Amino acid sequence: MATYTTSEFRSGLKIMIDADPCSIVENEFVKPGKGQAFNRVKIRNLKTGRMLEKTYKSGESVEAADVTDIDMQYVYTDGEFWYFMDPNSFEQISADKDAIADALKWLKEQDLCAVTIWNGAILNVTPPNFVELKVAQTDPGLRGDTTGGGNKPATLETGAVVKVPLFIDQGEILKIDTRTGDYVSRVKG
Amino acid sequence: MVNPTWEPRTSLHVLEVRALFLTLIRQFFIARDILEVETPALGSHASIDANISCISCLYPAAAGLTKYYLQPSPEYAMKRLLAHESRSIYQLCKVFREGEFGRWHNPEFTMLEWYRVEWDYQALAAETEQLIKDLLQPHRQLDASEVYTYQSLFQTYADINPLSTSTQALKKLLQAHDINPPETDYDGFLQLVQTHLIEPKLPRNKLIRVIDYPESQAALARTRKTANTMVAERFEIFLDGVELANGYQELTDVVEQRTRFQRELDGRSAQSNPLPIIDERFMAAMASGLPECAGVAVGVDRVLALALGHTGIHEVITFPFDRI
Repeated sequence: MATYTTSEFRSGLKIMIDADPCSIVENEFVKPGKGQAFNRVKIRNLKTGRMLEKTYKSGESVEAADVTDIDMQYVYTDGEFWYFMDPNSFEQISADKDAIADALKWLKEQDLCAVTIWNGAILNVTPPNFVELKVAQTDPGLRGDTTGGGNKPATLETGAVVKVPLFIDQGEILKIDTRTGDYVSRVKG
Repeated sequence: MVNPTWEPRTSLHVLEVRALFLTLIRQFFIARDILEVETPALGSHASIDANISCISCLYPAAAGLTKYYLQPSPEYAMKRLLAHESRSIYQLCKVFREGEFGRWHNPEFTMLEWYRVEWDYQALAAETEQLIKDLLQPHRQLDASEVYTYQSLFQTYADINPLSTSTQALKKLLQAHDINPPETDYDGFLQLVQTHLIEPKLPRNKLIRVIDYPESQAALARTRKTANTMVAERFEIFLDGVELANGYQELTDVVEQRTRFQRELDGRSAQSNPLPIIDERFMAAMASGLPECAGVAVGVDRVLALALGHTGIHEVITFPFDRI
């Protein structure tokens, strides 16, 4: 069993806490001049996404979590699982609905996603920062209105609903920032 | 290949302010007729303090490779001088501590330590505040200082009496604040309440003096009986939640000194930590008679960092531990 001692703690380090894989977000060494040394850490539970705080005695060992982050291509879904392929080994693994979570509404086949794998299973999927998706449905575009403010909802081919400028038409391809869910621009093509 | 870590972490401005600090510190002590001394950074004995680990090195002595220790504080050596010369002395030096690396810690740091013969710890605390204020004055204007006893500090900021509570109550208090503490002892929990709950809440921009610690945290301070308990005549000074100074009414009783060392050694053995050998030269000096005195140590890097508005000491150290 691989372990880390507190002196190896740094942000991004993956450790096991109460049988869940977690990632260290912040690590602070605290020690009153004449007191014991502690490491105070803020941690994200990679399964639930929840943040928690924990304090260790400096020098304590903690079990390492076998977590890797790799870029994988989204291939297809059978409705129950979403399948991803390692572009180097062509190996495929599947993610369940919990692991896909919010990434679902941005995923288009062949997109390269950042995938977090723990013990051979997908824990988490982060879509590309920018995706290009076709407008499936929106109110007819207002010709000529390319400057004014105002926006309207548009449903994209993946089912995501985003706010778009009034001049956007059905069938157009849009560039979307998946981190904020904001419309960025039209894609010529 | 470009490796930017060859460069110092400090700006030229920081170097200039540090140089000025060293000059101002020396002027402060010259004006008060306190003698500057130097004692060895390398010693034959490690600190007995249960919570301080020394960095050791091997020296080829007559008996073969012998372990020596980089001193974590000049305290033992300065007390040997005090026992011999009986006059007030100060030292500005580098000290070393194993495993202490973080925002406010570096394994090697600059310490200012001084002893006032015939002085009382409260007077020394006031003098320490004066020095810190003098150093900060060109950079920031502090509000009026506040003084707490260890007890009133805990009562004010954590609503708990540190002298008459229980390990369970302290643990519960921490858990109620979503802090998952490790298993530790009574003093360990008190420290966690201090570092996790109290220090973040301390008023900013003023020196906070805390006096009269629990007997269990006396270290080398004299203890005194109060109405219903024993307290250690010890003080610490905080600024912006950061500990800057730690001082004592120095213990002068050699018998009590040996008892304290034994207690630290018992604490170490309970945690299966290495058991250092008691420095008998230091004990002999204590036996010959340490003059009544008060002593204090100040973390110079921390004062400098806070003077310049930094949120840690690495910005004021030319080459911190991750760049050496």
